[in-house]
Amino acid sequence: MSLPDEVRAWIGRERYRQTGGFDVERGYVFTSCAAVENGNPLFWDEETARQVTGGWIAPPAMLSAWFRPHHWAPGRSEVAQPLQVHFDLKRALGLPEAVMTDNTIVFGEPVRPGDRLETWQVLRSVSEPKRTKLGEGRFWVIDVEYANQRGEWVGTESYTGFGYRRGA
Amino acid sequence: MAEPPVRLAQAVRPGDALPELAVDVTATTVVLGAMASRDWRPMHHDRDFAQKRNGVRDIFLNTPNQAAWFERYLNDWTGPYGRLGRLRFRMRDSVFPGDRMHFSGRVEKVERDAAGCAWVEVALRLAVGERTCTECQARVALPAAAGDNPWRRRGDDWRP
Repeated sequence: MSLPDEVRAWIGRERYRQTGGFDVERGYVFTSCAAVENGNPLFWDEETARQVTGGWIAPPAMLSAWFRPHHWAPGRSEVAQPLQVHFDLKRALGLPEAVMTDNTIVFGEPVRPGDRLETWQVLRSVSEPKRTKLGEGRFWVIDVEYANQRGEWVGTESYTGFGYRRGA
Repeated sequence: MAEPPVRLAQAVRPGDALPELAVDVTATTVVLGAMASRDWRPMHHDRDFAQKRNGVRDIFLNTPNQAAWFERYLNDWTGPYGRLGRLRFRMRDSVFPGDRMHFSGRVEKVERDAAGCAWVEVALRLAVGERTCTECQARVALPAAAGDNPWRRRGDDWRP
């Protein structure tokens, strides 16, 4: 089954470039470390952070958190979606459900409190229709690129999603 | 604070096993992890939604939070000088409240890149009982020897 022209045009194209809505901050670093009981002194002890990383950094795996929109914001009428390309695909392909099956994150320059990051998304591929135990749908791969305010690359996330319609 | 522990690449061999970690998952674990990663989607905090829309038995751990768990597991092993270069993971099954997560890992490769950075490839697994929920391949830089620090690498000297 061929892809809609709209979806074909997205492949390889940079979309949704945006600057983070807030600075990287330590409060969220603590919340994130506490959620997984990460006691790495880099995130808790200033002297260790200074000695090892030249100052405080955020856990690298927090990368995507800095861009997830607030659940609500004044004046906004629709729920903002992170990874908008993923939701665009669900809509354009008429696939109401979706899961992420595979995720690769590559880390560059450390992210530090006070940084204001920039991101953009690129759809890399969309598969032919497939049937899995969840239902019938398509797999897709989306890259999310991240840079800091100095233009330095801080990371790339690559997501494989499966959009599907549940079996009858 | 005492001098932080340093795991050197020269002391690591392919086949080395990481100490296992077991964690009992509660609804709080799932919700706290979702909120910490700013993931407000209802299948990570609303059991009715997870059951009716996702067709699963309960709310379940979200993807970014699983990345944070794997990062924590590696941090426990490497100490603060370990610098994560790459994480690749594949979700095979979900993790629900009431599950006991078991993390395990094995070193697959130890190598030095052209820039002199020492890399360790580790195969990690998150399992609940016999059920493998997530497989993860990690590439982490360790100090090659005393005095080395992967966090000082920038630009072309950092090739994750």
